[in-house]
Amino acid sequence: MSNIEHINQTYMDMVRRKRLYGGIMLAVFVALMLAGFRTADARNAGSFIDGWHRFFDFPGEVLGEAAGKLVEFPAHFAQYAPSLLETINIAAASTLLGALGAVILSLLATRGMARWPRLIPVFRRVLDIMRAMPEIVIALVLIFVLGGGPVPAMIAIAFHTVGALGKLFSEVNENASLKPVEGLTSVGASWTQRMVLGVIPQVAPNYLSYALLRFEINIRASAILGFVGAGGIGYELKNAMTWGKGQYDEAAAIFLMLFVTIVVVDQLSSILRDRLTHGKKSNMIGAQA
Amino acid sequence: MLQITNLTKAFGDKRAVDNVTISAERPCMIGIIGASGAGKSTLLRMVNRLADPTEGQILFQDKNVTRLSGAAKREWQSQCAMIFQQFNLVPRMDVASNVLHGTLNRHSTLSTLFNLFPQADIHRAIEILERLGIAEHAAKRAEALSGGQQQRVAIARALMQDPSIILADEPIASLDPMNAQIVMQTLRRIHDEDGRLVIANLHTLDTARRYCDRVIGMRAGRVVFDGTPEQLTAGVARDIYGADDTFSEAATSTELGVLDAATQAASDERTPLYLP
Repeated sequence: MSNIEHINQTYMDMVRRKRLYGGIMLAVFVALMLAGFRTADARNAGSFIDGWHRFFDFPGEVLGEAAGKLVEFPAHFAQYAPSLLETINIAAASTLLGALGAVILSLLATRGMARWPRLIPVFRRVLDIMRAMPEIVIALVLIFVLGGGPVPAMIAIAFHTVGALGKLFSEVNENASLKPVEGLTSVGASWTQRMVLGVIPQVAPNYLSYALLRFEINIRASAILGFVGAGGIGYELKNAMTWGKGQYDEAAAIFLMLFVTIVVVDQLSSILRDRLTHGKKSNMIGAQA
Repeated sequence: MLQITNLTKAFGDKRAVDNVTISAERPCMIGIIGASGAGKSTLLRMVNRLADPTEGQILFQDKNVTRLSGAAKREWQSQCAMIFQQFNLVPRMDVASNVLHGTLNRHSTLSTLFNLFPQADIHRAIEILERLGIAEHAAKRAEALSGGQQQRVAIARALMQDPSIILADEPIASLDPMNAQIVMQTLRRIHDEDGRLVIANLHTLDTARRYCDRVIGMRAGRVVFDGTPEQLTAGVARDIYGADDTFSEAATSTELGVLDAATQAASDERTPLYLP
C-alpha cells in the first residue's frame, strides 16, 4: 500500500507544482498587459479613454453619406469594375507565382524531404528574408525603377508570398507521411518524382487552402499598393477617400466590392478544398461502408 | 435494464443497423460478433448517442435515452462509458489527467479547462490505475505508453465515470495477443467485481466464447443470433460471417492457448496459397 501512497504523493506534488506555475504565469500576464497598456496609452497623442467613442464617427459619416446616394451605386460598380479586375489579376498572378516558388523552397527546407539536407538552414533563412520584406517597400523600390503599374506590384506581392507560403507549406510537409516517399525511393524514383508523386498528393488540399487564404490577403495587399501608384482599385479608393467631401459614396461602393470579392473567394475556396479532400460527390456513393 | 427496440440507422438508402431489438434484464457481459460492416460499431455508438438512430428507441431503466438532448444527453453519456478500438485518449496529456476526464460531466467547464480536479478525484484516479496495474505511469504522457497500457488507461477513464454500462468497441483489435488477454480479463473482472453491464464488439469468436455470458451475432445490420456461447456452433458462426465450409475458428484465433491446436489443425489440412 505504501507504493500507491508514494505514487499519490509524487503525482499530487506534480499537480501542485503545475498549478503554482500556471497561477504565476497568469498573474504575470495580467500585470504585463495592464502595465503595457498604460505605457502605450501615455505615449498616445490623445488618450484611449477620451478617444474610443469617436471610433465610429468616420464609418458613420461614410455610411450616412453613402445611404443618401444609393441610386448611384450601380453606376459606381460599373465604373470601378475594370480596376477591381486589375487588382484581382495582380493578386491572382502573384499568388500563383508565389505559391509555385513556395512549393519548391518549402520542399527544400523540410527535414526528411530536402534534396540537400545540409542546405536546409540556408533555404529557411531565404524564406525568412522574403517574409520579412514588406510588400510596400519592394513595390516602392520597383515603382521607382520600373515606373508605376501592375507589374511592380505583382512582383512585390509574389516575393512576399513565397516567404509567407513557404513557411506554411514546409509546416504542412512536416506532417506528411514519409512512408509513400520511402516506397517511391524503393522503386528507384528521383527526388522530383518522389516529391511530385509521393508528397504533393498528400499535402495538396492543405496547400490549396493556405494558397487561397493568401489570395484573399493578396487582394487586400494589391488594393493597398494602389495607394502608392500600382494601379487597380486602391488608386480609386485613395482618390475617393482623400479628395474628401462628396465622394464617400464611391468609397463605400469600393469597400462593398472588395467585401463581395473576399466572400466569393472564400466560398470558392471551401468548395474547391472539399472537392480535393473528398473527391467529387458522385464518386462517394458506395464508399460509406 | 437495457431495452433496445426496433433500432435502425440508415446512411442514405443503406441500413447500417436494421430493426435491431435486444434486451438485457440484469448486468451481464454481452459480446457482439459479426463481419466488418455488420453494424456492430454503429449499434454501440447509438447506445452512447455518438450517433443518432433513424428509427426505434433505447430504454435504460425505463428512460428513453434516444430522446435526450443537451445536458441530459451528456449526463446519459457520462453513465454509459465507451471504450474505443484506437483508445481515443488525449495523447499529449498525462495518464492521470486522461483518467480524470471521466469526471468531466460532474465538474464545471471553467475549472476543468485549467485542469483543476479535486484531490479526492485525483486519488481515486490513481487507485483505479493501481487496480489495472499501471499506477506507476500516472505522470507520463498517454502517447508514451504501449497499446495495451493505453487501452487500460481508456478502461480506467471509463471506470472513473462510475458508469452503469460499459460499451467496448473492438477493444482488443489493435492489440497483440498478450495485451488482448489482459484487457479482456480486466473487462471481465470489472463485470464480476462491480456488477456492471458490459457490451463488447469483438472480432474473434473465441474471445466472445471465452469471456461473455451471452453472444449476439450480427450480419448486414440485423441480429441473426442471440444466445449463450454454448449455442454458438461452427454452423451458426458460418451463418453469421457468411462463410463457407473452409471457415475455421482456429484460423483467426488470437488466443494464446489455441496456438498449439491451430498449428496442429493447419498441418492437417494445409490449404495451398494461390497468387493471382
